[in-house]
Amino acid sequence: MLALVIVVVSAVLLLIITYLRRKSPAVLRRIEAYERLNRVVGLAVENGTRLHISLGRGNLFTSRGASALAGLAMLRRLTERTSMSDRPPIVTSGDASLSILSQDTLQAGYRAAGAEDQYRVSTGRLAGLTPFSYAAGTIPVTRDEMVSANVVIGDFGSESALLVEAADREDTNLIAASDNLSAQSILYASAQDPLIGEELFASGAYVGAGVSHEASLQVQDVLRWLVVLAILGGALLKLVGFNF
Amino acid sequence: MRILTAAIAMASGLIVLLGYFYPLEVLTQLRIMLTDWAVILAAMAVLVGVANLIFVQMEKIRKREKNSIYGVLMIAALLATIAIGVFGELSGIDSSFMNFAVDAIIIPVEGSLMAIMAVTLVYASIRLLRRRADAMTVIFLLVAVVFLIAIMPTPFGPVPGDWLIIQFAGMFSRGGARGLLIGIALGTLLTSLRVLFGIDRPYGGN
Repeated sequence: MLALVIVVVSAVLLLIITYLRRKSPAVLRRIEAYERLNRVVGLAVENGTRLHISLGRGNLFTSRGASALAGLAMLRRLTERTSMSDRPPIVTSGDASLSILSQDTLQAGYRAAGAEDQYRVSTGRLAGLTPFSYAAGTIPVTRDEMVSANVVIGDFGSESALLVEAADREDTNLIAASDNLSAQSILYASAQDPLIGEELFASGAYVGAGVSHEASLQVQDVLRWLVVLAILGGALLKLVGFNF
Repeated sequence: MRILTAAIAMASGLIVLLGYFYPLEVLTQLRIMLTDWAVILAAMAVLVGVANLIFVQMEKIRKREKNSIYGVLMIAALLATIAIGVFGELSGIDSSFMNFAVDAIIIPVEGSLMAIMAVTLVYASIRLLRRRADAMTVIFLLVAVVFLIAIMPTPFGPVPGDWLIIQFAGMFSRGGARGLLIGIALGTLLTSLRVLFGIDRPYGGN
């Protein structure tokens, strides 16, 4: 029952705030990684290099799929922004369904930018179906395809260390985020500006994917405060001897 | 067409969600049917994905791109594995080759990558202080080292006071991990709702 209440409250808040946000855009706090992403996207278009977006292995039939969906929303926006580049962005993924969706998103992005003829089916790739085969299939893209920036966003495990190392060795920019705790600790140790926790889900808002993404951040803030209050309230009640 | 795909996706999502919250017979049956369809589609997606992999490698070979020899090896190995797997299954021959492929090739290769990853992580930790020298980095490295000391086996038995380190540092790390997981869960919820309402439509060329 509680789960249903949370879903309904979140849905209502999302719709209301999305409607309200149409009139007044949100002011977002500064996240260094997203600021750098906006810079490197512009630079990649200018100097004719490529953007590599790695969407991870988030299976869409599990709860891990949400991070892949967040990555796809960002991919759509980045495709529109780089559609005029000489070298189209390359997308790698470690899940077959996600790979098909990435091709669809790339095509939709080009179509929205009025450059559908630029779309190549080979730019949305399935790199491998196991964690390390995915890493092994992704590393050559960073190395051989004139990539100047890697956006690694989605569900990754410890194999993310190999992706970060490859980006570092090629001296390319890296923006990395994962919903996996071990990957987050690895990224914290190895990436320049790691994105921690729910910052992954803020990607759409920071690349200008629409007011609904900004509204999502606000709803997350509201829900987070409710969770904090619930935890503090629960601790207080336990302290005074109320058992539940 | 785009409206139709969005309507189908939203209806499917809502039926599965309602079937989860209200276990009515009709909803449960619909939920199971839709999930079965999704599983079949996922299996087909793997075939499409493998075809895409072959296509990408063949394009590399055709254009004589750098390191395209690995593409030749990959396609040859893929086709050989598929052929032997299918032939073995149809003719009823034992699956010793498939076991060999897993035991002698896949597991050692992935094990080697894991070993490289361990070295990479040690190297990354050493460079961390040079790249980002702040208080959080020092705490991160200090806790990692103290934890490793507490859990490592020594010839003299456990390190004195290891339980205290594990309990004390574990208290903070468990709390932090739960905080991160709550944030991720909220992000997951909102992302899913956006897809459910058709605000984000990563399908049907929208």
